[in-house]
Amino acid sequence: MTVMEQRDTYRPAPPPAWQPRTDPAPLLPDAEPYRVLGTPAADEAAAADPGLLRRLYAEVVRGRRYNAQATALTKQGRLAVYPSSTGQEACEVAAAMVLADQDWLFPSYRDTLAVVGRGVDPVEALTLLRGDRHTGYDPYAHRVAPLSTPLATQLPHAVGLAHAARLKGDDVVALAMIGDGGTSEGDFHEALNFAAVWRAPVVFLVQNNGFAISVPLAKQSAAPSLAHKAVGYGIPGRLVDGNDAVAVHQVLSEAVRHAREGNGPVLVEAITYRLDAHTNADDATRYRESSEVDAWRDHDPVLLLERELTARGVLDEDAIGAVREDAEAMAADLRARMNQDPEIDPMELFAHVYAEPTPQLLEQQAMLRAELEAEAHPQQEGTAR
Amino acid sequence: MTTGTSLGTAVDSAVAVQQTAMAQALNRALRDSMAEDPSVHVLGEDVGTLGGVFRITDGLAAEFGDHRCTDTPLAEAGILGTAVGMAMYGLRPVVEMQFDAFAYPAFEQLISHVAKMRNRTRGAMPLPITVRVPYGGGIGGVEHHSDSSEAYYMATPGLHVVTPATVADAYGMLRQAIASDDPVVFLEPKRLYWGKDAWDPQDPAPVEPIGKAVVRRTGRSATLITYGPSLPVCLEAAEAARAEGWDLGVVDLRSLVPFDDETVCAEVRRTGRAVVVHESGGFGGPGGEIAARITERCFHHLEAPVLRVAGFDIPYPPPMAERHHLPGVDRILDAVGRLQWEAGD
Ligand SMILES: Cc1ncc(C[n+]2csc(CCOP(=O)(O)OP(=O)(O)O)c2C)c(N)n1
Repeated sequence: MTVMEQRDTYRPAPPPAWQPRTDPAPLLPDAEPYRVLGTPAADEAAAADPGLLRRLYAEVVRGRRYNAQATALTKQGRLAVYPSSTGQEACEVAAAMVLADQDWLFPSYRDTLAVVGRGVDPVEALTLLRGDRHTGYDPYAHRVAPLSTPLATQLPHAVGLAHAARLKGDDVVALAMIGDGGTSEGDFHEALNFAAVWRAPVVFLVQNNGFAISVPLAKQSAAPSLAHKAVGYGIPGRLVDGNDAVAVHQVLSEAVRHAREGNGPVLVEAITYRLDAHTNADDATRYRESSEVDAWRDHDPVLLLERELTARGVLDEDAIGAVREDAEAMAADLRARMNQDPEIDPMELFAHVYAEPTPQLLEQQAMLRAELEAEAHPQQEGTAR
Repeated sequence: MTTGTSLGTAVDSAVAVQQTAMAQALNRALRDSMAEDPSVHVLGEDVGTLGGVFRITDGLAAEFGDHRCTDTPLAEAGILGTAVGMAMYGLRPVVEMQFDAFAYPAFEQLISHVAKMRNRTRGAMPLPITVRVPYGGGIGGVEHHSDSSEAYYMATPGLHVVTPATVADAYGMLRQAIASDDPVVFLEPKRLYWGKDAWDPQDPAPVEPIGKAVVRRTGRSATLITYGPSLPVCLEAAEAARAEGWDLGVVDLRSLVPFDDETVCAEVRRTGRAVVVHESGGFGGPGGEIAARITERCFHHLEAPVLRVAGFDIPYPPPMAERHHLPGVDRILDAVGRLQWEAGD
């Protein structure tokens, strides 16, 4: 056949059959953030495990107090900086509570509460922010990675760790925490993608607190919600009211179970609000109205839980009093210990750069040692020259 | 020249020993490390089924399984970032970056976490990660395939930065890097991949540890200090220099971090003259650090300023022009000629 003849008879062959590789419907987040407090689901929760609700309450109250104490310590010069999670305690507390002992937490700089919730000593959790040490705790002691400051970089670590544990046949889930702004970083995308492809048991918790320092979410993302981002990777996305401690606890527990059972990662977006400034060094009045903050104060995670539990008789005055007393004792202990000057050993600067210090580091260490000796015995300096 | 890394007499006398390419020796090192230690995992782009674009990981996925030699999604920060997590959990990841310039997306992970984790956790969480980076030019690569990125890595405390120039070192140093409890950036001079040396994979010759420089050629007139892809060029220059009456020594640094001041300075003190040779740009390049270290330590032994023969301070040129950029024998000999041989020079 000539080309011209072919032209008359040519019918394009249908392309190979195509279908979506995963059904997107079950991955999509609900239209509304999931809530328990003030809904019929609260009846069930109160009936099922009132003790859990009381524990959640005790933890958010302690968390609130810890935030207030740490912020006060910045004013007294005892902490270099504190990124407070006031208003976000429900997320912080639940993130730590839903994990089993062998699981791992990957916190960001804002997540000291979750770190303490895992069992890390409250003072050790603050050394980074006090400025005497980078990471004050041994990550292996409570399976808590160092607080991560470069945004989103801790997420691929969580994926790699969970993947390694799975390769070894260990039952380990990693929960990684990040803010709304951090979801714009490449590492967020890469971590979700790797986790999905490897079916790594990871729960990604995004605390959408409205701002990345001063930048509101509208300037950060045009996605329908941050939870929707999960769908593009083939991961289920879940939306939860981040100020409803019971709802966050339920959604995260479910996500951890999903991951633990080998179904791969989950992305949870918790809608919350940062009531304090970004850190003590920030002036939030430059970028938000106090009326907005006031509106969120009415939806405060501590108040919400307290009202609901008191109305249901799960909490009474005495119980509330005991919880507050316990929180005060924790704060007093933190205050007392943070008011002691930490010891700094300048020689330690060279100790953990490499397994063995290089010859160059040994020279520099000797130089610093000599400087310190000269400082300690200034009268000898003249003769040394 | 018969081979990329031929090192004179040692090679000539060992007729019976098989000729092995650096690429094969690297492959062998990965295989032996993986066989010996089940915690060694290789990950990267195309490292599995294909065996890597340079075939350095050839056969590893077939032998050890996809879970030990893994084709990852295409994202360098993700590869290194997940390797960090794997190392946290007790594995020993060996990451392949496909090319020098494609390692850049992983810089944040490398600098903020890989290099610092031991320090940030006061020794509790060392990261035994090897990052293999094929680097340097001379292979006719189009742009973004020929960068000399060593200065970026060198400037980051917490990383070991090493580069083999011989087949024996390729094997021995990669084994050492993988066994090291510190993160190692392992720079592979890609134009030496196919250079062969007499080297027996069944009986690999022991090599000096990471951190030691090796004198590849002793000389009395002046010392060439170099590493990686420029070692064969320097050896060739030393050979050619004999015709000019110069007896040049050649030091192969092997390890940029830690740096072997001792070996370098011992050689320079003997000759009193030194030229540092590398492909990397001169401005802000390794040569400046090396020249400064020599000057600080050997000033009274020097007959002339330490000179540098480096790549030009330009983005790596297109392949048809690269020969003008790369330090060659003539440029090295010109530099040697400028080492103030006449009194009053
Ligand atoms: C890679 C990187 N870029 C910039 C910063 C500086 N920075 C610290 S916190 C922050 C805002 C992050 O906002 P978000 O992720 O929403 O978390 P939040 O602070 O609200 O908890 C910025 C820009 C950083 N830490 N890391």
